[in-house]
Amino acid sequence: MSQSSSNQRSDAIEALLLQREIEAFYYQEAELLDERRFEEWLDMLAEDIIYFMPLRRNVKYGEHAASENTRQGLDAAWFDEGKHTLTQRVAQIATGIHWAEEPLSRVRHLVTNVQVEQRPHNTDGPMEIEAKSRFLVYRNRINDETDIFVGKRTDLLRHQDSGWVVAKRVILLDQSTLLAKNLTVFF
Amino acid sequence: MSSSIIATDLVRHKEGKIARDIFVSPEVYQRELKQVFGRSWLLVGHESQIPNKYDYFVSRMGEESVIMTRDKTNKIHVFLNTCPHRGMKVCRYDQGNARVFTCPYHAWSFSVDGNKNAPPGGLVGVPHFKKAYQGGLDKSKWGLVPVAQLVNYKGSIWANWDKNAVDFETYLGDMKIYLDAVLDHRDGTPGGSEVIGGIQKWKVPSNWKFGAENFIGDLYHITSHRSVDMVSIGPSGAGRRDTIKLDDEAEKHIIRKPPPRMGSIGFPNHGHGLIGTQPHYAEPDYAASFTLTPIVEEYYKEIYHRRVENLGKQSRVLTPVGTIFPNCSFHGMQPRALFTWHPNGAQEMEMWKWYLVDADAPDEVKNVLRQYYLRYAGPAGLTEQDDMENWNYATSASSGARAGLYPYNYQMGLGFESQATDIKDAIFTASVTEQNQRLFYNRWAEFMDADSWDNLHPDASNNFHDILARSQS
Ligand code: FES
Ligand SMILES: [Fe+2]
Repeated sequence: MSQSSSNQRSDAIEALLLQREIEAFYYQEAELLDERRFEEWLDMLAEDIIYFMPLRRNVKYGEHAASENTRQGLDAAWFDEGKHTLTQRVAQIATGIHWAEEPLSRVRHLVTNVQVEQRPHNTDGPMEIEAKSRFLVYRNRINDETDIFVGKRTDLLRHQDSGWVVAKRVILLDQSTLLAKNLTVFF
Repeated sequence: MSSSIIATDLVRHKEGKIARDIFVSPEVYQRELKQVFGRSWLLVGHESQIPNKYDYFVSRMGEESVIMTRDKTNKIHVFLNTCPHRGMKVCRYDQGNARVFTCPYHAWSFSVDGNKNAPPGGLVGVPHFKKAYQGGLDKSKWGLVPVAQLVNYKGSIWANWDKNAVDFETYLGDMKIYLDAVLDHRDGTPGGSEVIGGIQKWKVPSNWKFGAENFIGDLYHITSHRSVDMVSIGPSGAGRRDTIKLDDEAEKHIIRKPPPRMGSIGFPNHGHGLIGTQPHYAEPDYAASFTLTPIVEEYYKEIYHRRVENLGKQSRVLTPVGTIFPNCSFHGMQPRALFTWHPNGAQEMEMWKWYLVDADAPDEVKNVLRQYYLRYAGPAGLTEQDDMENWNYATSASSGARAGLYPYNYQMGLGFESQATDIKDAIFTASVTEQNQRLFYNRWAEFMDADSWDNLHPDASNNFHDILARSQS
């Protein structure tokens, strides 16, 4: 085996290991959310996280890039917030009188089609990579109330001493008019 | 217009009892689409959503889709979004820019400007016109259906399907001063608000009237939001809204002369109501409300001084929430917004929310407001999530045959309404009350039963006097 093909092979193995590591990160995240271990889930988010879910619009062919989604930092959205507000959401559930989640919903996160961008984003600071994933979040509450949320997440993941954290998450929910009465689940 | 439904029997407002039927019955629902939504002034949108000629925004009136657009002379039009040929929805986008709308089905086309033979929205293009119709189609008669009346009120666009309806300002009555308080610049100058890009739209398994009656004056339900107060989402870091927690001694002197007492203010002849103050003639002392973000706080201090100067001794009011009959509500202070409760069947509604800011506010201020609005309101808002849960299960638990035998109780404050000061035809109650819900449903019943606007003119109504005549205060 030539030197270059052995290098290629070891790069491919590195990529595979990273892919596996990121998938494991997402599965662990889903586990914490589904098991309602919200406080621990918050630890998987960077202190400066941007958590953004735009509104989606029906627009003419050719106008999607410009106006299909509302803009982070400028427009209305379903979510455009940081860790402080996410922490408040968790605290609100823990009051036991947050009626939209009392009794708690049954929620399951299916995470799939994980694509990891191998090239680290910045060379000086902590390693950051972009990872895309698709989700199906199932919510069932009380007796027959059921919502299915399907979409795509584009994350910026940062490697810290403690391991990976989510530094930015853009969530594209594949609905324009929201078909659920509220958004009490985390994505 | 005969109907087996007699709404005034279902709404026994003098006893404070209202039948559950009006929230769950498909028959009542079908009738209210015509009687209420077919004749009331409805909020369609805001001019800032269509700043340029031929911009359009697709909205709703009742169950139905309408196109709000602007012609080459900057005149705004609202058309029913259905093709006169075979009904196809002419525009299936949410927004865009188009001089002509071409129907996808058989390609009839409709011009926003019209032409010498066609009014705005008129039919200007028909494939095979000469050969297929051979002169038998009068294009001037088959354009998009325009609303019967349309008004641009300080940037907010309202429309009515009934040409006999009273004009918008008569319809509002003195509710106008409260709508002004929502739309006017925070510095007291008229108008000047704009919509933040993107309208939240979402479906709620609830009758639409639960939203309307909650916002018309349900101060009683704040207890349901205690979980939000406990986690403090307000822009000063306490509670839900403008609660102030100032530790800074130097700042304390500029706050805390409370504004005049808030209460429920309602318009029995019109059906509108709100929580707010009666007119007052001096600005209450400055109340710090954005202490977590010093730049925004500074900005509002400056706005406060401008307001004191601009308004002088003129009348002014404060209003956190209110409803303009039938299905437009507002948050007048924080989080400032207009919204509509669109009927989607007896037991479902679609909520639409337009968030407002002063158009000339600095970007940083707009951004802080926007973030606060989003964490408070809408389907992901920490406060409003719980409202939807309550309206959802109130609707579903009311549809049973047994439950249907028992009316809801609206007796709070019944017989203790007083005449409001300096507002025409308005009643006032200083404490928690259901006066506004009662007058809303009474007005709703009048619309349901009346044959025409001849019987609905607010200035000919005795409702206001009747309530005061029955009142013990
Ligand atoms: S339905 Fe529109 S052209 Fe036929
Ligand atoms: Fe509420």
